[in-house]
Amino acid sequence: MTDKETAAPAAGDENPPPAGTAVTTPGAAGPVEPADGTSAPPKRKRGGRTRITERVISWPGLFFLLPALILLAVLVAWPIIYTVWRSFYGKEITNFVGLDNYRDMFTDDATLTAIKNNVIWVAVAPAVVTSLGLIFAVLTERIRWATAFKLLLFMPLAVSFLAVGVIFRFVYDQDPNIGVLNAALVGIHDIFKPPSEYTGARPRDAQAFVNQGGTYTTTDAFSPAQLVPLGLVGLPQNKVPSNAAPAATSVAGSGVHGVVWLDFAPGGQGTPNAVDPTEKGLPGVKVQAVQNGKVIESTETQDNGSFVFTDLTSGSYNLRLPSSNFAPPFNGATWLGPTLVTPSIIASYVWVWAGFAMVLIGAGLAAIPREALEAARVDGATEFQVFRRVTMPLLAPVLIVVLITLIINVLKIFDLIYIIAPGSTQPDANVLALQMYLTSFGGGNNQGLGSAIAVFLFVLVVPAMIFNVRRFRREQR
Amino acid sequence: MTAVAVEQPTLTAEGAPRRGLASRIVNRLGGGLVLVLLVAIAFIWLVPLFGLLVASLRPEANNASSGWWTVFTEPSQLTFQNYRNLFDNSTMVDAFFNTIYITVPATLLVVLIASLAGYAFAWLDFPGRDWLFLLVVGLLVVPIQVGLIPIARLYGDLGIFGSITGVVLFHVAFGLPFAIFLLRNYFAGIPRDLLEAARMDGGTEFTIFRRVIIPLGLPAIASLTIFQFLWVWNDLLVALIFADSKSQPLTVALQQQTRQFGANFDVLAPGAFVSLVVPLIVFFSFQRYFVQGVLAGSVK
Repeated sequence: MTDKETAAPAAGDENPPPAGTAVTTPGAAGPVEPADGTSAPPKRKRGGRTRITERVISWPGLFFLLPALILLAVLVAWPIIYTVWRSFYGKEITNFVGLDNYRDMFTDDATLTAIKNNVIWVAVAPAVVTSLGLIFAVLTERIRWATAFKLLLFMPLAVSFLAVGVIFRFVYDQDPNIGVLNAALVGIHDIFKPPSEYTGARPRDAQAFVNQGGTYTTTDAFSPAQLVPLGLVGLPQNKVPSNAAPAATSVAGSGVHGVVWLDFAPGGQGTPNAVDPTEKGLPGVKVQAVQNGKVIESTETQDNGSFVFTDLTSGSYNLRLPSSNFAPPFNGATWLGPTLVTPSIIASYVWVWAGFAMVLIGAGLAAIPREALEAARVDGATEFQVFRRVTMPLLAPVLIVVLITLIINVLKIFDLIYIIAPGSTQPDANVLALQMYLTSFGGGNNQGLGSAIAVFLFVLVVPAMIFNVRRFRREQR
Repeated sequence: MTAVAVEQPTLTAEGAPRRGLASRIVNRLGGGLVLVLLVAIAFIWLVPLFGLLVASLRPEANNASSGWWTVFTEPSQLTFQNYRNLFDNSTMVDAFFNTIYITVPATLLVVLIASLAGYAFAWLDFPGRDWLFLLVVGLLVVPIQVGLIPIARLYGDLGIFGSITGVVLFHVAFGLPFAIFLLRNYFAGIPRDLLEAARMDGGTEFTIFRRVIIPLGLPAIASLTIFQFLWVWNDLLVALIFADSKSQPLTVALQQQTRQFGANFDVLAPGAFVSLVVPLIVFFSFQRYFVQGVLAGSVK
C-alpha cells in the first residue's frame, strides 16, 4: 500500500498526457484518463489488453525487459536467497551452524540492544513525525504565505543523512560554547536561576567547618558579640565581582554578624584567617544562621562582604554557607550520552521527515470534500466533532500511508546513528541496520550472523510486501 | 481509491480559503499567534542548517572556543579559508568527483532501463508479464541489507569490489523496482489512441517508445531522475562497503572525518555543506518534480 499510495501522487499529479493532439482519433472512444488514473490503471485492462494479446505475443517486450530482469535477478533476487542460505553458516562459509546465528542474535547483548532501540524507533519516530505533520498541515491549511514555510520544512529531505548527522552532532555538542542547543538551554536556565558566582570556592580554614555535599556549616556556634570571619579561597582573582569592596573589619548592627571575603592577598603576604587591607569582600554570598540543625534566618553579604542577621540579637548560632554559592554552572544536558542519545537522534530524524508528513497530510486535507464538513456543521456538530468524526476518518488512509512509509523507513535507519552517536555511546544507540553493518563489514567479520540480521530485517518488511502485492492485484481486477 | 490518489501534493496553497478546523483555530487564536508559532517552528528548522553554514565560514580556533552565533557580534571571524583548504585537499576533491562519477551513470542507467521495462509492462504483451510485474512490486520494499553480503562476494569474484562500477551497479539494481513501478503506472495512463496511431503508421515498438512514450512520460521520468539522483548522491552505506579509498564518494570521505569530530570540524563543516548544496540546488530548481519524486520514492 505504501508504495501504491505514496507513488500514486507522483504519477497522478501530473497533467494527463496531452490527449488532444492531432493524432487522436476524432471522437476518441477510449475513456479519458482521469488525473489519478495512473495509480489504478483501468483502461489498459478494459479495452486494450485483449486486443493486443490476440494480435501478437510481443517478443520485443521481453527484449525491452531484458536489462532490467538480468539486473534484478542477479543483484536483488539472487542475493535474497543467498543471504537466507548464508545465515545458516558461521563465520566461515564452510561451517554449517543451522539456526545458531538466529539464536545468537537474540542472546547477544549488542544485537538485543539494537532490537530494543529499533522497537523504540518504530514506536516513537513515525508517530511523532505524523502528529507533527498533522499539526503543521492544519496550521498552514488556509494560509497562503505558508508556501515558504512548507518549502523550508521539506528542504531537509534533499539533504543526506550524513550531512544531517554532521549538523546535529554539532547542534548537540555538550559544550554550551559550541552546541547551540545547550547554549539555548543554559541561556534560558540562567534567566530563571542565575549561575552561582563563586564556583569552586571553599573556606580557607577547612577544620572550622562541616562539609555536607558542598554546604559548609561552622563547627562553632557564634553569638552577636563577635565578628565572624568566613574567609574563602579557591577563587581566581578575576572571578571576584567588580563591585567587591575591601573586606569589612567591623560591621554595624546588633545581630549576629560577620564577613565573607577572599582570604588571599596577591603576593601571599596576607595573614590566614584574618582580614588584610588588600583583601576584598565577596558580595552576594548567601549566609544562613542555623540552630539545632534548623535554618533560622538567611541573608546575603554586602559589597564589602559583611552580613548581619538583624533579628538574631541573642543566643548563638552556627553559620552556614549553602552549596548554591559554589555550585558548578548549569551546562545543559549530555544529549549524546547513553540515556539521551536515542531520543536525540530521533529528534534529528523528525527534523528531516516532518515536512514529508506535512505535505502528504496537507494534500489529504485539501482533498476532503467541503460538503461533508458543511453537512456536519449544519447538523449542529461542534468544530471539534467535525474534526474527529468527519475529517479524521476521511484522513485516516493518508495517515496510515504516512505511518507505514515511515515505519519501513525507520526499520532500515543507519546513517544517522552511525554519524551522530559518538564512539562511546554508539553501542547504546545501536540499531539493526547498524549492527548488521558492524557485524558483517565494520570489524565484526561474521557474515553468518550479519546475514541472519539481514534476514530478520527482511522478514520485518514482508508484511508490507504482501500488502503491496495483494493491493496491486486487487486493483488489476 | 482513497483520497490520497486524487490529491495534488504541491507546496503552493491552492483554492479558496477553506472553512475548517484550521480556520477556526486561526480565528480563535488570532492570525498573529499562528504567525508567531509558524515563525518559531521555521526558526527551529532553519537554525541547525544555518549553524553549519556559519561554522564552515569560521576558523577552526574560533569554532573550538566559541559558538557560531558570536558572528553576529564579531562578523570579522568570517573567512573562506576552510573552503580553500577543502579545495586543496585532494582526497576531498577526488571524492567529490567520485560522487559525480557514481551518481550520473547510476541515475541515467536506472532511467533508461526502467523506461524500457516500464513500457514493456504497460503496453506489450508476453508470457508471464503480470506475474513478473507482481514480482517487481514485491521487490519494492526489500531492504538493501539483504544485498550487501552476497553482492560483496559476487563483486569479489568478478574483481569489481571497490570500483565505481560496482557501486553504480548496486544502485541501479536496487533503484529499479521503484523506478519500473513508477514509470509503468504513468506510461499505462498514456492514451491508447496515440500508440495505436503510431503503430498504424508502421512504427516499430522502439519508435513508439522513443516518439510517444518518452515525450509523454517526461513528467514521471523527471521525478524519477531527481529522486534517483538524490538517492545515490546522498548514499553512505552502499559506498561505505563497495567503494575503496580511490573510488569513495564525498559521503564516505566525510564519514571518515567524523571519528574525531571536534578536531576535524574545519573539514567536516565545509565538506558537509558542499555535499548538501548540490541537492539543495536541485531542490529549489526542480521543486515540483522533487516533491513528487520524494513523495513517490519515500518508500525505499
